[in-house]
Order: sequence, then structure tokens, then C-alpha cells
Amino acid sequence: MSITRETVEQAARLARLTVADADKDRLAGELSAILGFVEQLDAIDTSDVDPLTSVVGATARMRKDAVTAGDEPERILANAPDRVTDFYAVPKVVE
Amino acid sequence: MTELNRLTIAAASAGLAKGEFSARELTQSCVDAMDERSDLGAFITPTPDLALEAADQADAKRKGGEDAPLLGIPLGIKDLFCTEGVQTTAASKILQGFVPTYESSVTTNLLRDGAVFLGKLNLDEFAMGSSNTTSYYGNVVNPWQSASKPDMQLVPGGSSGGSASAVAARLCLGATGTDTGGSIRQPAAFCGITGLKPTYGRCSRWGIVAFASSLDQAGPMARSVEDCAILLGSMAGFDAKDTTSVDTPVPDYTAELGAGVKGLKIGLPREYRVDRMPAEIEQLWQQSAQWLRDQGAEVVEISLPHTHSALPAYYIVAPAEASSNLARYDGVRYGFRADAPDGLPEFSSLEDMYATTRGEGFGAEVQRRIMIGAYVLSAGYYDAYYNKARRVRSLIARDFTEAFEQVDAILTPTTPSAAFGITEEPSGVEMYMNDVFTVPASMAGIPGISLPAGLSSDGLPLGVQLLGRPFDEEGLLRVAQALEDAAGFTATPQLMA
Amino acid sequence: MAQTIKGQTGEWEIVIGMEVHAQVLSESKLFSGASTTFGKAPNHNVALVDAALPGMLPVLNEECVRQAVRSGLGIKAEINLYSVFDRKNYFYADLPQGYQISQLYHPIVGEGELTIDLEDGESRTIGIERIHLEQDAGKSIHDQDPHRSFIDLNRTGVALMEIVSKPDLRGGDEASAYMTKLRSILRYLGTCDGNMEQGSMRADVNVSVRPVGSTELGTRTETKNVNSVRFIRQAIEFEARRQVELLEGGGAVVQETRLYDPSKGETRSMRSKEEAHDYRYFPDPDLLPLQLEQGFVDALASDLPELPDEKRARFQAEYGLSAYDAGVLVAEKETGDFFEAVAKGRDAKLAANWVMGELFGALNKASTDLADSPISADSLGGLIEAISEGTISGRTAKDVFASMFETGKSAVAIIDEQGLKQISDEGAIESALDEIIAANPAQVEKAKENPKLKGWFVGQVMKATGGQANPAVVNKLINQKLG
Repeated sequence: MSITRETVEQAARLARLTVADADKDRLAGELSAILGFVEQLDAIDTSDVDPLTSVVGATARMRKDAVTAGDEPERILANAPDRVTDFYAVPKVVE
Repeated sequence: MTELNRLTIAAASAGLAKGEFSARELTQSCVDAMDERSDLGAFITPTPDLALEAADQADAKRKGGEDAPLLGIPLGIKDLFCTEGVQTTAASKILQGFVPTYESSVTTNLLRDGAVFLGKLNLDEFAMGSSNTTSYYGNVVNPWQSASKPDMQLVPGGSSGGSASAVAARLCLGATGTDTGGSIRQPAAFCGITGLKPTYGRCSRWGIVAFASSLDQAGPMARSVEDCAILLGSMAGFDAKDTTSVDTPVPDYTAELGAGVKGLKIGLPREYRVDRMPAEIEQLWQQSAQWLRDQGAEVVEISLPHTHSALPAYYIVAPAEASSNLARYDGVRYGFRADAPDGLPEFSSLEDMYATTRGEGFGAEVQRRIMIGAYVLSAGYYDAYYNKARRVRSLIARDFTEAFEQVDAILTPTTPSAAFGITEEPSGVEMYMNDVFTVPASMAGIPGISLPAGLSSDGLPLGVQLLGRPFDEEGLLRVAQALEDAAGFTATPQLMA
Repeated sequence: MAQTIKGQTGEWEIVIGMEVHAQVLSESKLFSGASTTFGKAPNHNVALVDAALPGMLPVLNEECVRQAVRSGLGIKAEINLYSVFDRKNYFYADLPQGYQISQLYHPIVGEGELTIDLEDGESRTIGIERIHLEQDAGKSIHDQDPHRSFIDLNRTGVALMEIVSKPDLRGGDEASAYMTKLRSILRYLGTCDGNMEQGSMRADVNVSVRPVGSTELGTRTETKNVNSVRFIRQAIEFEARRQVELLEGGGAVVQETRLYDPSKGETRSMRSKEEAHDYRYFPDPDLLPLQLEQGFVDALASDLPELPDEKRARFQAEYGLSAYDAGVLVAEKETGDFFEAVAKGRDAKLAANWVMGELFGALNKASTDLADSPISADSLGGLIEAISEGTISGRTAKDVFASMFETGKSAVAIIDEQGLKQISDEGAIESALDEIIAANPAQVEKAKENPKLKGWFVGQVMKATGGQANPAVVNKLINQKLG
């Protein structure tokens, strides 16, 4: 699978990354190389196994339904780049 | 007493217990060493004042008759562990200035046991790398120098490069690392120290900045097998806050260290004999096998047929998980937010703010992996890539399960080469080959330890790796101790404090 | 609104599938220990993991699992003992993780069904595809600042059940009947409070149209987040008409997400937001697969409360109510409970009439509901007893009821206070009658000759007893004495 410039743009958009035009061809090459490398897996017969879900072979552990957190806005908002009272603030979202 | 910073944890604990020196003196010697070797770039955020304060508290406690497994022992903490009140960056610009309001479970355990934290250690950005050259806060230098090119700066390996360099250069007695595909074992090998990746689920991941959640595991890095055993005893344990952590008791990992390998069966996987591997690595591997044989172990050749599928599968699973794990770094709630484009007072949209923040905040390797991850998970490719890789993972795990029906431990080289120059760094997929021997154990979730077993012809440390059964760190450490005893590795790096 | 719509070219069938998001009733969130209470100060119901701080991990709330399973049992669905949480990846300001934890590939509840009750008395069974658990998102507030949006994460991570129907619904009536019934069942189970105004239940409505007789599904649109039964009906009506006009005009329906605007009564495209959504689902590696024991499910099944359909059948059988009356009484669990409290040990038919007639009427007029009713079930029961025992007449009862509603006092208290109690005591009435007979010998003679004149005596007794004498007793005694 060879990655095109357009695929780079699409992946960058999905991942919300601004990629400079000048870097797109280089990235296409690099990503193609990585995908080329991983495609050797096609040769492996995996017909008799299920996808691995957990290396610890365990299943979900659950917690009791109790309120154990909250009412600590400072702990939540302490690192906010921009805030107004106890809200996070971001550039206007256009609906 | 001089050079306290060069003591092992076991020796330092004994000295502290006997009152030969104080925790403050011990910590001061490390702080001095950090100053002296700041050129190694091992620390992103040194915290000498906090360390000395903690050392004083440790001394006061000891005076009050208290004791704890790590009381007064100065350690470095990989800057992937969130530490309350101390900047935590994951070596990324995007987390610059982030000061957690919480303490990771592993560091909480270490603090409970009396450890003194010297500061936050450098790493590859978001733990993505094998050379510690992707950190936003600069490269880390390996304190070892090659005989043939003594002026060349060598990489410490990665991603726990700062941890390995600091432990090797005697800036701290031990350090925490994390291992996703070899990030503890490979830098340990490059820097001539011992590093243990425990079984997935042995140490809590709570409070550790996530790279690839199904692979990430914290572990100790130190200058002896015994020290790793001591640190693991403190770091490990069930944590209700991490549902992938396993509720099984933590034994005294030092108890069986001296039990020897007599009667144990050690496997050498034939698939680890790879093209272009230097002969001296093959020789050290065979030598290590002989050392174990000499102590009464039976050494047999085994097969792990899917060894070479591990790396390509890893480069699907890890980036896929990372692309999702790193989506939270968006400039909204913490860390770096980019300025609006030239001359504009603000961003035109939220989308713009995200993409600019992430484009500026993440380095090239992280962006590459995020894009690969987004691509392999995208519509139409999920089965072909991600599910295929998970199936391959099942095969890799099955290989190990079957192998451990025959043998008690597996012996391999840790890396296919010794440390290389920062300027000689291979690129792209070649770089990924560094992890070819460490990734299979990560994919299967089993424990692995790397310890220094000899020097290359160029005078650089070479590591061997032992792999064990899930949750049998005890057995693994016991074999490692026997190997350490036989190897008698005493060489020290040139740039040591 | 009918199941079909008449266009220029003929009849079109309206095909609807619904995805209902119902907030799970639990103390804390699906994966965190933060509270689920409504209306807290911004970012106060937020745990570290809800704000997606680095290194934070989700831990599954067992109550949410229990509630999802109970909801599944309530719609007679297959419970999947093995289910998996997946990440749905997309960026949005109120989605801190950059992904929503949901269940795409292995939902906790599989296929089930629900019977809807239509106004013409008919019922229809609607297939349910699945129920899965997922996280709610936070809230963006856009109207506080000209240049910035504000983010509140209080709702982030609250557990939702997404209940997905098959495209079995036809027309707005069925869709609203479906929503009403689903809400009723969840409220009976106590798995969702059904409070649509607060957003505890909202629907994504998939609408398509096809010529009557066609068996192929048309292209559908999805109208998101419709949060009232009335709006569901209106959105469907608008959307179906729009699609028919489009198709009859030679156009094509575009598969897209739309938004219902209640102020205009129309749906509009959200195409701008739709742009290249690729959610990149994969199993959340922070959460191991959920494996339930059959015993756990069985225990929940045996502990399930009586649900509306069963209750209706029982009301008909036990209290002799009509299907219609029983249906009205069971629609809300509270109404059914209230009715039973009134009816228990009393005249059930009478109880049903009073609950559905006078009480509902009064509540409606006062714009209040049963929860705030000034008349308790016990108190209304007292009134029913007074009527049944003949303590008051039916006529008087209406006045008593009005006073009860106004003052909140019991029937007995009001009857006493206002002296409304009928005198049924024969002795008291007899002595009054005897006095009247003794005082009016002429009238007695006349009445004996002409029985029609007995009425005069009835009036005199009533007068003497202040109108409280039981007319039946009075008549009986007069007949005895005056032959």
C-alpha cells in the first residue's frame, strides 16, 4: 500500500494535525515505508486464532456505584490554558 | 564517605540503616552528580530542593525509629509518571507547563516506601522512540563512549533514555521506566544497567501518560538485579483504579534471588539469530547460556515461530492505540495551546485551534505514529490492519505459552547492536529494528529483564535478555541473579559522576 | 398522523427507526466516581478521568451494567454475557478524551421487542435491535461570550443506554407511541427517570419514505437529539413530507444528519458537521471485556418489577377494568400505584372512575401532576369508602372532593367539619318522623289516601335533619308508618 499526498492530508485531518505542504510528500514516503513494513503480516495465517483482547486474560472488574469524586474544580481546571470562572474557554464553536 | 551516589540501593539502604551516612548526604551526592553531569541531558525537571527536603524527612523518620523499604533512597522518575505539583511533560511541547494535581499510583507506592525523588527524567516524546532523540527538551547522551570514536556522543536508547543514562552515570541510585516495546530493556542494554519490564498488569498504569494502553508497563531500572527486585517490590501491586492491573500478591522479590538455576531449563529461541547481527552479540549470547549451564541449568534450543511478526504487528497496535490516547491533547484543558495565526487575535474556529496546537505541539515522530494509527483504524482498513495485528498477537502469545511448557526462562540478546552515535541514528523502519528482540515479550505481556553481560569490541556494554512466565518475576529475577553473578560485569561508563 | 402520506403521485409509506438515548439512573458516572446530579455548578461533577487528564483510567460502574441488563430484560431481549467497550474517535470541545467509550461490536443487550398501544386500541410489536452502554458528552455554551465557547464537563461520562429499534415503525403516531411506551418501561424499571426536558431521554429519528407496496427501504435521514414526544411526531411529519416532495420532484434524498428546530417546526441539514466522519472504532484497551454470569442475569430477571403490559392485564382481570381504563392507569407507574392504593379493599370500578375522572380532571385544571396532588391515595380512598358505605351521597361526594383538593384535608375531616354525614341511623330518623306525624294528623290522613303526598313527609324529615337524612331510609320508614 502506497500512501499518497491525499491520504496524508486525510489522515492529518482525522488526527487534527496541521501538516505543512512542504512536508506532505516526505510524510507520504515515510508512512508508505511503515505500511510496507507491516504488510508482511499478510503472509501470516491467522485463520485459527481470535484477535487478542487482553494479555492478562482477565475480564472487566467493576466498581460500586458511589460518588467518590467531584466538587474540586481547581483540581480539574488548574492547568487550563483559558478559563472563565469554572468553565474552560475555547474559540467559538460554530454550530 | 565519598561517592555515595555510586552505591547500589541495597548497599545504600544498609549504610543508612547503620547510620554510616544520612539520607541528606546520600541525596546531596546525587544532586551534586546531577549538576556535574547536566550535560547528559538526563533530567527535564530536576527537583533538588524537593529532594533534599524529602531526604531530611526520611532522616527524621529514621531517627524516630521508622523504617521502610526505600527510606531515604534517591531515585529519578521518568517524566511519563504524573507527579503532583511537579511539571510532567512526557518530553512533549504539548504538555509543557503541565503540573498534575495528582500522583501516579507507582510513584505513590515509592513515596509510601520512603523514596526520595530527584526530579523528572528525559525520554522520547510520549515514549515513542529508541534513541531518546525525539524529546522536545533535547537529546539524552549515553555516558559510555566507544573506544574507536571517543568524541562521538552516543544515544542512551529509548524511550527511557534519561532513566538509563542517569542510572548508568550514577546520578541516581535507581529510576522508574516504562516499557511499551522495549523502552526499559533496550536503553538498559545500551547504558550497561539492569532494567525489568514486569508482566503487563503487575504495576498500575494509573497516572502514567499513556502511549499504547495494551502494552505500557512500568518497571525498575537500576545497577543490579537485586536493586530491580527491591524497586519492583515497591512499584508493583494491585490498583483498583486500573482495571487491567492484576490482583495477585506481591512477593518479596529479593527472597529467592540466591536460589540458583540448578535444574532449571533455559530456552534459546532460534528465531532470535537475525541477519546482520554482530558476531560478538551472538558470542555473548552463547557465553551467557554457558554461564547458566555451568551453574546447573539445562539449556535447550526452542522455537518461537512468530518472532518476526511481532515488530510489524507492534507497529500497527501501538500507533493505533497512541492515535486515540493522544487525542486528548487538544489545548482545551491543559498543556500547550498554540497562538492564533500571524496577526490574528484569535482562531477562526475550534478545528483550527486543535490542528494548529497539535501540529505545533507534537514532534515529527509522534505525528507520524498518530497518522499511521489513524490510518490503520480508518474505515475499510480496520480488519486488514488492526484486527490482523491482534490475531498475530494471539499467535505470539501462544508461542510463548507453548515454550514455557518446556522451559522455565528464555534467554536472548536484548538488542541487535550496541549503542550508536546520535548522528548515526538510523531512520524510519531501520530504527524500529532496535526493538526486534524486545517487542515479542511486550506483545505477549510477559516479563523480561535486560542485564549487562559484557562489552563490545568497541568497549560498549551489551545486554542479554531473560523472559519469564507471566507473573513469575521471582523466577525471572532468580535466573538473572545467577547470570549477573557469572557475568561479573563491573565496567563503568566514562562520563560517570 | 397516519402511517402513510399522500403525495402528488400516490401514497407513500413512512418508515421509521429510532435510536433513543436514555440516561441510566445511577449515583455516579459510567466510568468515574463523579456524581450524576443535574444542575450542579460548572465542572463540579467532574473526576480527573472525566476531564481526560493524562494517565487517568476508566473503571466500570457495576450499577450501570445492572441497569442496562434490567432494561434489556424489560424489553424481553437477549442479554449478551460477553460484551466489549469500544472507542469511537472524534474531536469535539465537550469530548475531552477525543473519543467516546461505547459498544459497537459487542453490545451488552441484543435483540428484543416492545409492544406499542395505538389510539384505535390496536397493539403492534416493534423489534429492538440492541441496547448498548456509552458515555454522554459535556456541554458547550455558546451564548456567553462573543468570541469564545465555554465548556462544562458535568455531564461528560454520565452513562447512557442507546436503545436502537428496527425500522419497524410507521408514521409519527407509532413513533410517539414507541417513545411513550419505552419511557414507561424504563421508568417502571427505575433504569431511567425519563425526564425529557432535562435531556434524560432523547431520540435520533431515522426517517425514510417509500411508495406503498414497496418492500425496499428508501434512503433515510437521521434527525438528531429530538427531546419530546411531540417534537418526534412533528419532526417525522416534516421530514416525511420533505422527502416525498423531493422524490416526487425528481430529486433524491441525501443520507445525512439533520436537526429539528422546534421554533420553526422543521428539520435542517447538519451537513457541515458531517464532513468525513470516520470514527475509527476499536476495543478500548483500558477496559477488559465484560463477562457476566448467567446467574447474575437470572437474579435480575427474577427481581424485575411488574411492567406496564403485565400490570394492565392484571388490572383488567383483578379489578374488572376495561382495556382502555387499565391502559390509562398503567401508562405511568405512579398512576398505577396510586390507583391500586385507592382501590385496594374498596370498590375498584368506583376507584378507577374517581382517579381518571375527578382527580385527573382537577390535576389537569390545576396544571399539576400526580406527584404533587393535594389528595393522597389514602385520602381519596377515604372518599370512596364514604360513598360505598353510604356515609355521603354521590352528589355530596363531588363537593367533598372539591374541598379535599383545595385544602388537602381528608374526606372524613371535611365530612365532619361541614356536617355532611348522612343520617342513616333509623332511630334518629324515626323519632324525627314520629314528631312530624304527631304534629300533622291531617296530613297523615291525606297521605294515607293519596300515597303521592308522602313526598311532603320526606321534605319535612329532610328539613328537620338539615338535609342529612339518608333518603333511602326516610322513604322506607315513611312507607312503613303511612302504609
